[in-house]
Amino acid sequence: MRLPSPNSQADGWPQTRSAAAMAPTLRSRYDSRPMKPTDPEAPALLEARGLAYLRNDEPIFGPLDFALRGGEVVLMEGDNGSGKTTLLRVLSGLLEPSLGEIHLQGQPLTVARLSQQVALLSHQLGIKNELSPLQNCRFAIGLCGLRPGITPHHALLSVGLAGYEDVAVRQLSAGQKKRVALARLLLVPAALWLLDEPYANLDRGGIELVNRLLELHARRGGAALITSHGAYAYTSGAPRRIELRPASKINPRALAASGSSEAIA
Amino acid sequence: MSYGTTGSACRALLARDLRLLWRRRGDALNPLLFAFMVVALFPFALGPDPALLARIAAGSVLVAVLLAGLLSLDALFRSDLDDGSLEQLVLSPHPLALLVGCKIFVHWLTTALPLVLAAPLLGELLHLPAQVRPVLLITLVLSTPLLSLMGAICVALTVGMRRSGMLLTLLVLPLYVPVLIFAAGACDAAQNGLPTLAPLLWLAAGLVLAVVLAPLACAAALKISLS
Repeated sequence: MRLPSPNSQADGWPQTRSAAAMAPTLRSRYDSRPMKPTDPEAPALLEARGLAYLRNDEPIFGPLDFALRGGEVVLMEGDNGSGKTTLLRVLSGLLEPSLGEIHLQGQPLTVARLSQQVALLSHQLGIKNELSPLQNCRFAIGLCGLRPGITPHHALLSVGLAGYEDVAVRQLSAGQKKRVALARLLLVPAALWLLDEPYANLDRGGIELVNRLLELHARRGGAALITSHGAYAYTSGAPRRIELRPASKINPRALAASGSSEAIA
Repeated sequence: MSYGTTGSACRALLARDLRLLWRRRGDALNPLLFAFMVVALFPFALGPDPALLARIAAGSVLVAVLLAGLLSLDALFRSDLDDGSLEQLVLSPHPLALLVGCKIFVHWLTTALPLVLAAPLLGELLHLPAQVRPVLLITLVLSTPLLSLMGAICVALTVGMRRSGMLLTLLVLPLYVPVLIFAAGACDAAQNGLPTLAPLLWLAAGLVLAVVLAPLACAAALKISLS
């Protein structure tokens, strides 16, 4: 199984001494983590029933029915304006669904919100330009808690930002900022990742990195819902990693298609 | 150090906001310079007659502090909204009202507290009578947090709109007027040798109410602004 090895050659990141020295500890740290068997009887990590969102009586998406279990990564595909971002904002609890309900591990979303289960990566990354990646990570774990067995340094190493810990985020490129946001995802203990266009702004190495992180997250029993309009992940020449998206209860393509047809109608 | 508790979240937020302000410390000094400018301009406009200046000193300082506070108010949630940090705050597992309270506290600490500390000097520029000075300080200590808290509600309501500056001013001024009346009333009473307790108690009661209710209102308004 591939691990989030920092500074792979494809990335073109500077191979620092400290990165090389820390890589083995990182590897053993992740390998020693036991695989969490997914209990088919357990309530789904995320379940949406008849979920729809209307803005001024115009349907944005839905109604949707789907379930997401631990260990699953589901790709939401849809054209621009088909409601992918809105869906993620509804699932994270930022927006109230107009119809239907969302359950997190069997509990209604409003109750489960307080249990640190959801991490959202949206277009606005939620990182401060004036602070360094390390300070941003420290703030994130102060706010949301720290996943056991990882430190901010390790997380930044995993996303290929070793050597950039103390540079102001303002001076980083758009792709590097995205990597800082990915490091935040690694650090917080949320089991469900909602990623809005995680491949945007990333180079080839970055796209592989996202796929590796998703694989790692799924292997630890987490689940992820990612959106893509397809342009970044597939035209870049990176192999399409179908194994990251085991057939879920619903066909995400059909789901996205129904969402977009609703939006047009 | 523990992570993920509400205490650690507040600590992290306080530390981050203070660090951000330190990075932009030039901007943070703006309200102070503005208040000094306003107060320094009064003698030029009204003439240097000490008796006249002494009569208007307390009121002028109060108005200058109030307007200086307005200057920095709009920035309270703006940058957090623009870079998505506000979403992360709303999604965090901690009570939003508490986190918003921390942000308002940092705002008061960095914009209003320097003004309170500078108030004796501002008063001196206008020949403020010595017996009014302590009362002016007490009214400022009570009224500046009140202004920050009530202003924060209006900022939270308007932060979702672009170019909300004018609307914010219109919303805030009617809320600020009663505070100004009580604060000026206390200083006026002190100047005339009358008891000042009643207006000060009114201000204190308003502050207690605002400390409890304003963060809750702010949190609700921010959730509306984000949707």
